[in-house]
Amino acid sequence: MTASRDDVYGNHISNQFNDELLALKTRFLKMGGLVEAQVDSAVKALIEANDALAEEIRSEDKRVDRMEMDIDEEAMLIIARRQPTARDLRLVISVIRMVADLERVGDEAKKIARFAIRLSEEGRSAQGYGEVRHISAHVTDMLHDSLDAFARLDSGLALQVMKADKRVDEEYQAAARTLLTFMMEDARNISRCLSVMWVLRALERVGDHACNIAENVIFMVKGEDVRHTSVEEAERVVGR
Amino acid sequence: MRLGTITNPMNSDVVKEMDMPNLKEVSAPDERPAETVIEPGKTVGMPFTANPRFQLRNVEVFYGENPAIKNVSLDIARNEVIAFIGPSGCGKSTFLRCLNRMNDSIDSCRIKGSLQLDGQEIYSPGRDVVELRARVGMVFQKPNPFPKSIYDNVAYGPRIHGLANRKSDLDDIVENSLRKAGLWEEVRHRLGAMATGMSGGQQQRLCIARAIAVSPEVVLMDEPCSALDPIATARIEELIAELSENYTIVIVTHSMQQAARVSNRTAYFHLGHLVEVNDTSRVFTTPEHELTESYITGRFG
Repeated sequence: MTASRDDVYGNHISNQFNDELLALKTRFLKMGGLVEAQVDSAVKALIEANDALAEEIRSEDKRVDRMEMDIDEEAMLIIARRQPTARDLRLVISVIRMVADLERVGDEAKKIARFAIRLSEEGRSAQGYGEVRHISAHVTDMLHDSLDAFARLDSGLALQVMKADKRVDEEYQAAARTLLTFMMEDARNISRCLSVMWVLRALERVGDHACNIAENVIFMVKGEDVRHTSVEEAERVVGR
Repeated sequence: MRLGTITNPMNSDVVKEMDMPNLKEVSAPDERPAETVIEPGKTVGMPFTANPRFQLRNVEVFYGENPAIKNVSLDIARNEVIAFIGPSGCGKSTFLRCLNRMNDSIDSCRIKGSLQLDGQEIYSPGRDVVELRARVGMVFQKPNPFPKSIYDNVAYGPRIHGLANRKSDLDDIVENSLRKAGLWEEVRHRLGAMATGMSGGQQQRLCIARAIAVSPEVVLMDEPCSALDPIATARIEELIAELSENYTIVIVTHSMQQAARVSNRTAYFHLGHLVEVNDTSRVFTTPEHELTESYITGRFG
């Protein structure tokens, strides 16, 4: 694998350094792809009451954990070997942070898979599944866009993800209220609805992690830390 | 499944062709820094400071017909450590040597512009160059102790400048200077030994002691560690941090890590232009100029 000279992380005098950074990026995207698929499958397992698929997700999570450690190690080696600066440094630091987010997304997928098994054991009922479908569509888009923004160094797209997170938070609140009314209607719904609530909570967390990834992409590209700032502030940074 | 596209990024074409998200607006990939061209005489960042020790304006240096420094303006503050970095031939050493007229001995060298130390022109015709160099000391790349005793190396400057009337005063100056240079404990029992018999790192610290023995305001350092091993280098860097409490330090270095470690501000020179001056913490994380970025990240300029 040889880094392209066009790549902004390419064209170092040291070709090995080019390759190391490219490999880091590539591995991160590969892990991102796996985690994305995990979330998608988890929601599918839940809605289709597919226990086999849910079990598969739980075992795949070990691979996600392994990848996190491998990428961390690779990033550490780059720091030790190359003492990266400027955009190279921002890439490596961001990857270290984002990889932790991806790993947590993997954990959320595993959690959803666990509730998928529990819910299918409790028998069929689709109460709250509409909300799950709705929110999962949004957060998987966010996750995909955040990884896409990373791949293309697109801070504008990253900003869209940050904005989308606000909407997901609102939808989560609305869905929680809906589930609450189901529970009040019939106490026998409570156990199921609580499980669904946990699933929604997990999905909402996936959105938060996608948002973190997006913030790191803005940091990589613009060199300014937009964590713990308002969307308006991030908008100003991206607009520069 | 659209996820599939991202799961195999080993193929870079796949990443490029990754289907566009259902989005809204897709902005073009963007990149800092925005500054990519050199405007002669223009330096991005913060070249000027309040209450400067050196005020350097529109400085041009020629070797014969060849311009080595092209319209450079810069302030150097009191008690700051400023690092000059840049590729070989960028003019950083030439510029450093202007600060205490080390270029005077080069016949073909001509200097234009205004160079002021504490408000007085360095190159005014009546300027006492010996006095200037007492105020602006220098440490060179290769340690260059006099072939004399350790004591005499440090005492040389105070003697010729008449800084000590009595032997005991001179002894104090020698001890203080060696202490500040972090060398006293190693040499206190052999002050009469030849300086040339010391290790390279010790010789360089002796040269620093010699430079500070005449109580300068500024110490110029031209790649002071390039001939030293990592341990001796670490000692000198430690020393620079301590000296910066009392002196202005200007250091030229080829080691970017060293510039990042020891300096408050970093100045990037490129083909005789002063391209960027910024806080060191900024330069090594988010440089403003593309050329600075290319240099510090080890890219083709």
